[in-house]
Amino acid sequence: MIGYILRRLVSAVLVVIATSMIVFLLFTLGPSDPAQRLCSADRCTEERRALIHQSLGLDKPVVEQYLTWAKGVFVGRDVSYGPGFSVDCPAPCLGISYINKEPVFPTLMERFPATISIALGGFMYLIVGVIIGVLAARRRGTSTDRGLVASTLIISAIPYYLVALLAYLYLVLKWGIFSETSYVPLTEDPIGWAGALALPWLVLTVYFCVTYARFSRGSMIESLSEDYVRTARAMGVSESKVVAKHALRAAVVPVITIFGIDFATLLAGTVFTEAIFGINGIGRTALASITQGDLPIISATVLIGSVFIVIANLLVDIIYSFLDPRVRLS
Amino acid sequence: MTTVDRTMPEPVVAPSSAQQEPFLVVEDLTVQFPTHDGLVQAVTDLSYAVELGETLGIVGESGSGKSVSSMAVLGLHDAKRSRLEGSIRVAGQEIIGASKSTLRRLRGNDVAMIFQDPLTALHPFFTVGNQIVEAYRLHNQVSKKAAWNRAIEMLDLVGIPEPQRRVNDYLHQFSGGMRQRAMIAMALVNNPKLLIADEPTTALDVTVQAQILDLVQTMQKEFGSAVIIITHDLGVIAELADDVLVMYAGRAVEHGPTKEVLTHPEMPYTWGLLGSVADVVSDTSKPLIPIPGTPPSLLNPPSGCPFHPRCTYQDHVEGSRCVSELPLLRPGPRGESHLKRCHIKDPETLYQEELKEEIMG
Amino acid sequence: MSEHVQTSNGHTPLLEVTDLVKHFPVKSTGVVRRTIGQVQALDGVSFTLEKGQALGLVGESGCGKTTTGRVITRLYDPTSGSMKFEGTEIGQLSGRQMMPYRREIQLIFQDPYSSLNPRHTVGKIVGTPLEVHNIVPKKQMIPKVQELLEVVGLNPEHYNRYPSEFSGGQRQRIGIARALALRPKLIVADEPVSALDVSIQAQVINLLQDLQREFGIAFLFIAHDLAIVRHFCPEVAVMYLGKIVEIGSRDQIYNTPHHPYTQALLSASPDVKQAAIGGRRERIRLEGDVPSPINPPSGCRFRTRCWKAQDVCAEKEPPLYEVGGRNVACHFAEPLQVVQVPVVSEGATAVSPT
Ligand SMILES: Nc1ncnc2c1ncn2[C@@H]1O[C@H](COP(=O)(O)OP(=O)(O)O)[C@@H](O)[C@H]1O
Ligand SMILES: Nc1ncnc2c1ncn2[C@@H]1O[C@H](COP(=O)(O)OP(=O)(O)O)[C@@H](O)[C@H]1O
Ligand code: SF4
Ligand SMILES: [Mg+2]
Ligand SMILES: [Mg+2]
Repeated sequence: MIGYILRRLVSAVLVVIATSMIVFLLFTLGPSDPAQRLCSADRCTEERRALIHQSLGLDKPVVEQYLTWAKGVFVGRDVSYGPGFSVDCPAPCLGISYINKEPVFPTLMERFPATISIALGGFMYLIVGVIIGVLAARRRGTSTDRGLVASTLIISAIPYYLVALLAYLYLVLKWGIFSETSYVPLTEDPIGWAGALALPWLVLTVYFCVTYARFSRGSMIESLSEDYVRTARAMGVSESKVVAKHALRAAVVPVITIFGIDFATLLAGTVFTEAIFGINGIGRTALASITQGDLPIISATVLIGSVFIVIANLLVDIIYSFLDPRVRLS
Repeated sequence: MTTVDRTMPEPVVAPSSAQQEPFLVVEDLTVQFPTHDGLVQAVTDLSYAVELGETLGIVGESGSGKSVSSMAVLGLHDAKRSRLEGSIRVAGQEIIGASKSTLRRLRGNDVAMIFQDPLTALHPFFTVGNQIVEAYRLHNQVSKKAAWNRAIEMLDLVGIPEPQRRVNDYLHQFSGGMRQRAMIAMALVNNPKLLIADEPTTALDVTVQAQILDLVQTMQKEFGSAVIIITHDLGVIAELADDVLVMYAGRAVEHGPTKEVLTHPEMPYTWGLLGSVADVVSDTSKPLIPIPGTPPSLLNPPSGCPFHPRCTYQDHVEGSRCVSELPLLRPGPRGESHLKRCHIKDPETLYQEELKEEIMG
Repeated sequence: MSEHVQTSNGHTPLLEVTDLVKHFPVKSTGVVRRTIGQVQALDGVSFTLEKGQALGLVGESGCGKTTTGRVITRLYDPTSGSMKFEGTEIGQLSGRQMMPYRREIQLIFQDPYSSLNPRHTVGKIVGTPLEVHNIVPKKQMIPKVQELLEVVGLNPEHYNRYPSEFSGGQRQRIGIARALALRPKLIVADEPVSALDVSIQAQVINLLQDLQREFGIAFLFIAHDLAIVRHFCPEVAVMYLGKIVEIGSRDQIYNTPHHPYTQALLSASPDVKQAAIGGRRERIRLEGDVPSPINPPSGCRFRTRCWKAQDVCAEKEPPLYEVGGRNVACHFAEPLQVVQVPVVSEGATAVSPT
């Protein structure tokens, strides 16, 4: 068991390192020249640009640049962009913003709680989805079930941002069912926090739970037809316990696996949610920096996102091995 | 058709008559499944009885309705997806149409079932002990501790080494033979009076099969329970069963004491089965005698005798009765206990004088 | 090693297998996957097969029957040992060198459901070997395929249908037609009827026997069903844990088995015709299960379940001794002492002590 987790941990770390390399490569090989961006437009001369280029170490081999960058992640570094212009970037240093010349990581960390709060909605849609799926599986073939399958198909044909946008337009602006409040941290005002997030959560849950309801339904139908479920019935286990214990235990395994794989979708959903509902999270910051061409912020968000995906998958693997002893004990 | 139409479940048999009738009585059981392709007539007009201490063997090709009929005994068919008619009485208690709680009290307690593939029939995510404990506590108000002790005792009884340790194992940590032993331990944990074993050894190797069949026999002697053993292997029936019921296309086609049926078979399908199997004693220079064709679809069972499309003995029946008229399951020339479903007038003479040599050669 | 009777006659047998070994590496599950052991699926198997003959391979699951068949058809490469087909060593041939022999050695699989490509018509399935080996010009393909379908008892008009439109027995016939297409000299039939119902089994067995007689094909017939092997094969090899423990003629193996495992196997298999008469042969019950082929017992591999085992069994691996006409790998090979099998009917062979 410990060996299994260690093994997964090692591969997780390797994935993060590989991602950082790719992100770094895209960053350096990309079309825009960082020196040009940092060189203030009004008084940028060719020499100045060259100087910045040199201070940033952009003339060095890519491997060396990467190592400098990677070292900065662990111990911090001074990012100098030309003589006399230097920013202290403490560990973990993910570079400095081109726009305000501040270290990227602390900026993003400020936005982090908002993003996490929205992402909590992900667990709601997982749970709601599984519950609906289980109920539908038990009523397989009825109109409730067919309605569910049909609505899944319809909903998955509409892009998420459209649903979120419509929800915002109608529920907030037109009908005023939800008031337009801005995000407040949980620590300051729990009720305000929940109030501000209620609509984003609702939209996330409604949109994504159907997908999980469909997965869970299929998985549940399959496990309800397993021989061991028949055995449980034949031993006199009550139907509700057959469903809730014997069948569900096996049915959630593939659903959780899909959730892990699909975690990136949740992150993408969070980005749109932040943008549409005006919540200042990491996603919104990333979107803004795309329009401003603030590469360090973009690459840092990509990196942080990938770390989250890796952690989520690691957790899924661990949960999986707890659920299925065949994984744990082999 | 021979059946009286019994769409309504029969009233529960009065206790006095239950005393006299066998532990399990199946009467005119019909099981049908409505599907997209039509109505699957899985079991039609099946009747049999099993006494305590007795073993009934049910034999037939795959799809002949063996599992469907035995699952009906436990009321395991989903009422929404199946149609059941006839009567099944366990110790006088009617099963068809019985309430959920009645069925639950019966299942695993009075009647237990062993399935073919122990690897899929037990839960992979719970320990073996956990599953036996659950089965025990469903029908016995005992502490967890006592139930675990009972589980260990059962594992020991069925011959699993180191039961104290093995009780905490998961199924995948057991070998094939031990899995089936664990399944038997779970089935017997409540001392059921009727044990239904549905192809209990089909997935096992012969030496392990022999161990398991011995175990079933020993257990039966010990508890005096009734046993139904379902198999497609006539050899298993021959060794284990007191009575044999041969099924074809959802119907009983021959039924009687095992030795009687195997030595004086009276139905062409049974002849076909006996002629088809290779054995370790007969003359190998003679070819096997296969049954031509394939089993019929249960969506559109054949007219007349269900076996007629494959039967090579129809010339022993006058006219085309085999095609037009369903033969009844009736005693043949050898007495009341031996039933067969065939129009042939004197199957005994035909078999003993013309076929035995060729079939049993 | 099997000093098999026919080899010494100075002529070349169709297939001569000597000391065949096949090990599968077992990998660790660590970050770096190292080889931590070997599944000794086949460990020194020797036999010969004459032209047009049938040799049966019986034993319980995992004893190496399928592996033997797959090594001989070169689906697996042997780890070591020799395989001579009509005198030519084929164990080490490269893919291209093997081509002509692939024509001569065909395989029939156990599972009639998964061994045929569901998206190909029967005509394509049966015709593919003809096409690959350039046997038949395109124009004559359909008549040739139809001829083959007819030989195996299928309706030749059905060459345009898909496997899903056939029953299990019919699918097995398609597999047989495919194996026959190249007129092989040897067919390895791996449990060809195990997945079929009894009545259908007999149809397929009779078909195989007819084909064997008509075309003079030799069979390596693999099955776990002792009775079917006895019916089909005049010669039988009994395998246990990657080794042949007893090999001899049908009568030697079934009437006077000398190896304790053969004796146990025979006594464990229920036999309807024997039982129908009321008698049952001696009851020998083996305990436990087959040990792991990764770590087989020292000496005789059967010793952990053998009631005759002595110290020598753990110390010394028994070679195939010639005892009572057959070859048997047991230090204490002898016929069973107590025999209570009744004579079944006239002409039937009952077990009797030698
Ligand atoms: N739930 C079901 N729905 C439709 N058909 C079924 C169902 N269960 C079994 N059948 C059909 O009933 C017939 C008898 O099946 P079964 O009793 O399992 O045969 P066996 O004798 O091999 O045990 C088969 O044709 C099978 O396809
Ligand atoms: N491709 C493979 N990789 C690893 N082990 C294998 C492989 N094929 C077979 N084995 C192992 O080799 C042994 C013999 O298997 P097999 O030849 O399939 O036996 P049989 O056909 O007699 O049942 C078994 O222990 C099996 O698990
Ligand atoms: S009734 Fe006719 S078709 Fe049916 S088994 Fe008897 S002889 Fe054959
Ligand atoms: Mg069945
Ligand atoms: Mg095999």
